[in-house]
Amino acid sequence: MVLTRRFDKRMIGLSRRDVIGTYTPLEGQEASVLGAAMALDPARDWIVPSYREQAALLHHGLSLDALTALYFGRIDAARIPDGLNLLTRQQAVGAQIPHAVGLAWGLALRELSGVVLTYFGEGASSEGDFHEACNFAGVVKAPVVFLLQNNGWAISMPAQGQTAASSFADRAAGYGFPGVVVDGTDLFAVHDAVSEAVERARGGGGPTLIESRCYRLSMHNTADDPRRYRDDAEVSAARERDPITRLRRLLTEGGALDDASFASLEHDVAAEIDAAIDRVQQLPRPPRDAIFEHVFATRPAAIEHGGMTQ
Amino acid sequence: MSVSERSFIEAIRDALTLEMEHDERVILLGMDVGALGGVFRATDGLQERFGTRRVVNTPLAEGAIVGTSLGLAVAGLVPVAEIQFLGFLHFAFHQLGPQLGRLRFRSRGRFGAQVTIRAPFGGGTRMPEFHADAIEGQIANCPGVKLVVPSTPHDAKGLLLSAIRDPDPVVFAEHQRLYRNVRGPVEDGDYTVPLGVAARRREGDDVTLVSWGAGVHLAEHAADDLATQHISATVVDIRTLVPLDMETIVAAVEHTGRCIVLQEGPQTAGFAAEVAAIVQAEAFTSLDGPVLRVCGRDTPYPPGALEDAYLPSVERILAAVDQLS
Repeated sequence: MVLTRRFDKRMIGLSRRDVIGTYTPLEGQEASVLGAAMALDPARDWIVPSYREQAALLHHGLSLDALTALYFGRIDAARIPDGLNLLTRQQAVGAQIPHAVGLAWGLALRELSGVVLTYFGEGASSEGDFHEACNFAGVVKAPVVFLLQNNGWAISMPAQGQTAASSFADRAAGYGFPGVVVDGTDLFAVHDAVSEAVERARGGGGPTLIESRCYRLSMHNTADDPRRYRDDAEVSAARERDPITRLRRLLTEGGALDDASFASLEHDVAAEIDAAIDRVQQLPRPPRDAIFEHVFATRPAAIEHGGMTQ
Repeated sequence: MSVSERSFIEAIRDALTLEMEHDERVILLGMDVGALGGVFRATDGLQERFGTRRVVNTPLAEGAIVGTSLGLAVAGLVPVAEIQFLGFLHFAFHQLGPQLGRLRFRSRGRFGAQVTIRAPFGGGTRMPEFHADAIEGQIANCPGVKLVVPSTPHDAKGLLLSAIRDPDPVVFAEHQRLYRNVRGPVEDGDYTVPLGVAARRREGDDVTLVSWGAGVHLAEHAADDLATQHISATVVDIRTLVPLDMETIVAAVEHTGRCIVLQEGPQTAGFAAEVAAIVQAEAFTSLDGPVLRVCGRDTPYPPGALEDAYLPSVERILAAVDQLS
């Protein structure tokens, strides 16, 4: 959580200086993102992410270098390593939800014990893909956990603009599986809720929709300007529930953390991130020809001439 | 290998049955593919034979059928999805082009989508709205997706087996007018017709007619009529739009010097335009005239009473040949 908070800051800075393109910070959602991922067994469970789950990707086993490379457009260095149960980051809002259902259903058909956790926001739940995927998952009892992160805002649209229902979790009733609401700023609460859903899925009990109520403390992405559409007072109030502050307070009260060790942690992650950025920046640029790789399993002979002949 | 006379739809079913037996990773999914056997009975008897876990009736949701197929492929299965009509693939278009078609590229080869999507289409059968729409040109514009449109029972079986075994996503568009109207010799056992290899159905000297699917049969009818006028036509069946066998088309045109491309979908920005552009670039010095197109009209697909005004016809092909002579 501390690492990705620092990562946010560095990437936003690099984006402001045009070193990288746009960046989507997860500030405010760390407990939600990480608490859910911590409920999985990376050896058999899968994550099907959206684009704001940096902490989950790292926890599940993606290297910091690979994560960093993604934002530098070095997609070959950002490749998900073989054996890591993680799908590539999804940029089309909600499009990954049916993938997660198919993957979970496939694991069940193959009688494997894996469970799939997929992330999306409350905005994505207005997409047709959300409805089709949830309905499908309910019918085939796919071992999938739908983590709907209600962070309050889909770019400039507040959550109440996405639905007339009083809760997003209520939608689960229409699909025939449980829907629960959890405090998404509480790492332990998220972990407990997702663990229970994972256990149900693994036992053949089918999907769960979890509405994790958190807050996007920062911008949608570096092209966004939240001051144009939301009050500072709302953000200040949400900062009172900053998941890192909450966890830090808890650990400090319990005697597991003091100011010095927290400062040392912040220092260490900053150095780790700087080193990763240095390594990624030193990667050779891909040859222009790399554009034609991986369009198909076998490269068509004439693809560089615009022809698709084998 | 013994050969039997099979209808187009029987050849499709042969391929599905054979691959279900051959590869236990293959599963069929789609609306009504179970007890009904699909709206055209392509999967008739397969659920009874292979069970409800391998032949799956899905909810009525094209986006989820294509989207979950991607996930099934990641899980290590080989989904063969049926979309009831190609015109309804638009409901799933994002899951097809941007998602299935890009999975390998965006994951830099970590994941591939070995997914086949079968869908009937095509006019001339007085179907309700949307059921005939020939949208294959739109699919050809989605990088990463292969596109097959067979014209004979033999090819339907051999190309479908190639499609299912191909590591990349393939849309397999079946012209519904051929399902029961066309019969032909089909080998009983396992054989494949490779993707990316066109077939010459007729050999001629005066004009090359290029098409795919039912257009090939139309071209052959036109060739018969032209023969009575002592004009001999080559008919090229491109079979797979992606990947495209340019060499066979270009070689045929280099011999005849004239080329007409037939397509059932709307003319503007259709796949016939792509073929015409390639031919003029690659066979320019052999051409005795412009490359012409005979296509569907640039209108929505019309109701039955107007179908004949929409669809390419032998008369329109003959008029085009006349324009070139």
